[in-house]
Amino acid sequence: MTKTFSLGGIFPKKYKITSEIPSKDAGLPEYVYIPVKQHIGTPAKILVNKGDKVKVGTLLADADGVISADVHSSVSGEVIRIDETEAASGYFENMITIKVQGDEAEDYIDLSQTLCKEIPETPQEIIDKIRKAGVVGMGGAGYPTPIKDTIPQDKKIDILIINGIECEPWLTSDDRLMVEKAEEIVIGAKILNKLFGIQNAIIAIDENKLKAIDIISNITKRYVGVNVRVCKTKYPQGGEKQLISAITGREVPSGKLPMDIGCLVQNVGTVFAVYEAVMKNKPLYERYVTVSGDMCKTPQTFKVRIGTPISFLIDQCGGYDEKTAQIILGGPMMGNSIIHTQAPITKTSSGVLLLSNELSKRPTPTDCIRCGKCVDSCPMGLRPYLIGIYTRNNLLEELKSIHAQDCIECGCCAYICPARIPLLDFCKLAKIELKNKQGK
Amino acid sequence: MITILFSNVLIVGGIAFLSALMLYFISKKFSIKENPVLDKIEKSLPGANCGACGKAGCKNFALACIVSSREEFENLYCPVGGAETMQKVAKILGFKAPKKEPQVAVLKCNGTCDNAPIKLQFDKIISCRLANQISVGQTECPNGCLRLGDCVKVCKFGALKINEKTLIPEVDESKCTACGACARICPRGLFEIRAKGEGGKRVYVACNNKQKGALARKNCKAACIGCMKCAKICSQIQIKDNLSYIPSDVSAEKYGEELVKNCPTGAIILKNAQSKKEHS
Amino acid sequence: MLKVSTAPHMFAKQDTNAIMKDVVIALLPAACVGIFNFGLTALITIITSIASCVMWEYLTVRYLLKKPSTINDYSAIITGLLLAFNLPATIPVWMILIGSFMAIVVGKMAFGGLGKNVFNPALVGRVFLFISFPVQMTMWMKPNWHDFFNRDIQTGATTLGILKHIDASSSATSLTHGNPDISQIPDYWHMFIGYTGGCIGEVSALALILGGIYLLIKKVITWHIPFYYLGSVFLFSSLMWLATQDIKFDPITHLLSGGLILGAIFMATDYTTTPMTTKGKIIFALGCGILTVIIRFYGAYPEGVSFAILIMNAFSPLIDKFYYTRVYGTRKK
Ligand code: SF4
Ligand code: SF4
Ligand code: SF4
Repeated sequence: MTKTFSLGGIFPKKYKITSEIPSKDAGLPEYVYIPVKQHIGTPAKILVNKGDKVKVGTLLADADGVISADVHSSVSGEVIRIDETEAASGYFENMITIKVQGDEAEDYIDLSQTLCKEIPETPQEIIDKIRKAGVVGMGGAGYPTPIKDTIPQDKKIDILIINGIECEPWLTSDDRLMVEKAEEIVIGAKILNKLFGIQNAIIAIDENKLKAIDIISNITKRYVGVNVRVCKTKYPQGGEKQLISAITGREVPSGKLPMDIGCLVQNVGTVFAVYEAVMKNKPLYERYVTVSGDMCKTPQTFKVRIGTPISFLIDQCGGYDEKTAQIILGGPMMGNSIIHTQAPITKTSSGVLLLSNELSKRPTPTDCIRCGKCVDSCPMGLRPYLIGIYTRNNLLEELKSIHAQDCIECGCCAYICPARIPLLDFCKLAKIELKNKQGK
Repeated sequence: MITILFSNVLIVGGIAFLSALMLYFISKKFSIKENPVLDKIEKSLPGANCGACGKAGCKNFALACIVSSREEFENLYCPVGGAETMQKVAKILGFKAPKKEPQVAVLKCNGTCDNAPIKLQFDKIISCRLANQISVGQTECPNGCLRLGDCVKVCKFGALKINEKTLIPEVDESKCTACGACARICPRGLFEIRAKGEGGKRVYVACNNKQKGALARKNCKAACIGCMKCAKICSQIQIKDNLSYIPSDVSAEKYGEELVKNCPTGAIILKNAQSKKEHS
Repeated sequence: MLKVSTAPHMFAKQDTNAIMKDVVIALLPAACVGIFNFGLTALITIITSIASCVMWEYLTVRYLLKKPSTINDYSAIITGLLLAFNLPATIPVWMILIGSFMAIVVGKMAFGGLGKNVFNPALVGRVFLFISFPVQMTMWMKPNWHDFFNRDIQTGATTLGILKHIDASSSATSLTHGNPDISQIPDYWHMFIGYTGGCIGEVSALALILGGIYLLIKKVITWHIPFYYLGSVFLFSSLMWLATQDIKFDPITHLLSGGLILGAIFMATDYTTTPMTTKGKIIFALGCGILTVIIRFYGAYPEGVSFAILIMNAFSPLIDKFYYTRVYGTRKK
């Protein structure tokens, strides 16, 4: 039996055209732009100066404060600029620009392909190594992993869920990673098991990734404490709360963390980064990125150095023409439009999509016909139509009473609404307003 | 046939009766007992429920007035009703009304479509607050107006509207009550509530761009570039983050014209200079 | 120039228009049976009803509300079709005009148009006609498959009408006073395929169920309302039937006649006038079922579907208020 969550969900067309294509090394661009803030929290403190020579893996910026993450160089070369540079949204962010020269790595990194299976480290050492490698959640939010993995004394994790579900259409970066680095991921899961002192890691994969399921379940036979669970292909199966409910049947209470009910969810990308950090001393400077979309000429999943300009990848896929109306960073359901293609890939970018106007055009909204489809599709059991009405009338108390703040911004409601009401926009507005009110 | 008619009447009448009963009970259950003083105060308030006073709605403001001590009352102020209203409320309570200078909202952005051309297309984004989250905006100025009119929608007094030619909002001085709703909602903080000035004459910097001069000018011709020229004219003017700020006690009468003349980009605006028409 | 918009960046194919179109398609088989059964008169009724509904909608929107016309959204066509389905074929044209006026202008536009009406417009029209012109509204044509031009109109009572007038005390064999008797009740097969008297659209269970299946496949409706509605009617009439052994309560006849299936599949699933959530829909359907049975068995009218749905329509805002999906993360320990 495939598992799934009970409330809502939708079945958008999957478009996983790149799932069978082996990933490719994107190669080295001329310049990389490395933002000092690629995570949630405070930006890292810059350690290098203009003119410094750096190697692959050189620490560029140090975690500043509790919630922050280290940033390493992804190439070797010379720092030529430390300045405000345009990010994908068009806003200016503090970035370190490096001119690429050669490809030389720091000595401490083990670049060999051999698998290391022995886990000698104590939990404290594991956490330290993860911290030193600057690992952050690679599923999207970018919450620093060492902080997420430090469990307070009074809480106990009894199940570790590894999120191998890529429910967003088009994206296949996690899929390729699982097929190509299966054993590493399983060992990564073992490392985390050891960290939490449990023997209960579950790798959740959605049922359309047959190859990944096959490979990983074969490997897990040889490892104690790591198992595969197949989940139904349904959006947003990869949402943290939805995944927990599918695998364990537990529910994260409103306003609490998964940790409070003994669960921890980690993306496969993060687990792979943990493996590399602990076993190979390799900082997080590379990731898998899918370049796809209906306007993309040769869709492909790439292994990309962090900081590579997005346009460098798009060019390798045949560039884009006037017919491309939108370029999206992330998936089509939750991703954002890109304004500057010169902007870099960061630790949290999972895909770049070139979309045509027909597909991405926002339809004109009409009146709500009270069909209830938004209610049926909401994975959080909310009533999006009501959130829309209340937000338009700015009824904050009412919004709170219908739990608008619990919306996970998955976009199911806006996707399904036949009247084309931008329900997700209203949900986001409601959340902004509720937060403002709380701040006061 | 009689039976059919009879049952008609019965069914329809029954439904009507039931609904009437329900309405009666609901209104009974949810009615609130009024306090006569509260009622009186509430009646003298504008009733806009705009929240400008910092309370949620006029009723809560009235409540706050009732429970306030003499000193606390000094700090309560309804900007919409102004001094007149406060006088009335004070009379009801037997207090003295606080004094406040008349104020008005000004827009600190002059990114009209002439000054700041559109560089990318927004596809039916419904609100400035959302657009601000996902992108720099159509003009690519990271601090300028997004032109989607959240402020217009939030204004209870119809004092704001998007000018069709310039595409940015415009304040109608005669309607603006300085309630500050626009200042609170604008994601880029483009509204400043400031003193109306003598005879409505006031001078301010209509720009919010904190980028360096060259970058700022790239997207908007009327951007403040932090060139310090204005600061040399009047020492009260401060420049911070490449952006000049003219405090409201800088006399528009004395410096206004000179400031406007000397600003190389036209970021400084003098409102209601005599006999001249309004600057757009 | 690249475009910028907020997420999501893709949308389901099905929009309001597509849904409405699907409903029209789903109604077509029943319309065909109606025309086949009752001939030209039925065709005229259907066409007038649709045309007048569209006309009223156009007139109110353009000249009363002064808004861009909304007639291309098919909803007036559906109202027209459903109204015609609920009328006997013999009804005069001017009555259809009045009925459609009540349906569109009073039933829908007065509340603010599509999505804001409280009562099902077609049913408002029908009930108004029913109360105002009981004679014409209860003249049922007998079906005649060989006579398209209706040279020879015969009228009779509907199945439920017959059942209603059978005195519970009289035995099934006493055929007295020319009262409609049991022998006139069509057999199940005829009721199923629609060879029976009644309103244009309600006669053929088969055609309606076909339409219903189409709607289910297209995900326009969910199965809850039809299932619980039909189920509850079946259950209650079976209970009565088992208890009394009276043919009056024959559950299958009750299922197949009196527009129950039309109501359950097409009217009680109308989006606007029914609750939003699955839970609410189930309560709504059960309420409809119970009310239908009560009106059929104890009311003065032989049929209860329209009234039951209208009454439950009035309750659906209330149902929406109290029965909604439990929000994730609010499970009580
Ligand atoms: S975006 Fe929010 S309201 Fe809409 S379906 Fe997702 S969780 Fe529900
Ligand atoms: S999906 Fe859209 S039309 Fe349907 S109830 Fe929700 S908001 Fe209304
Ligand atoms: S002033 Fe602010 S709120 Fe008003 S349109 Fe501009 S960005 Fe939006």
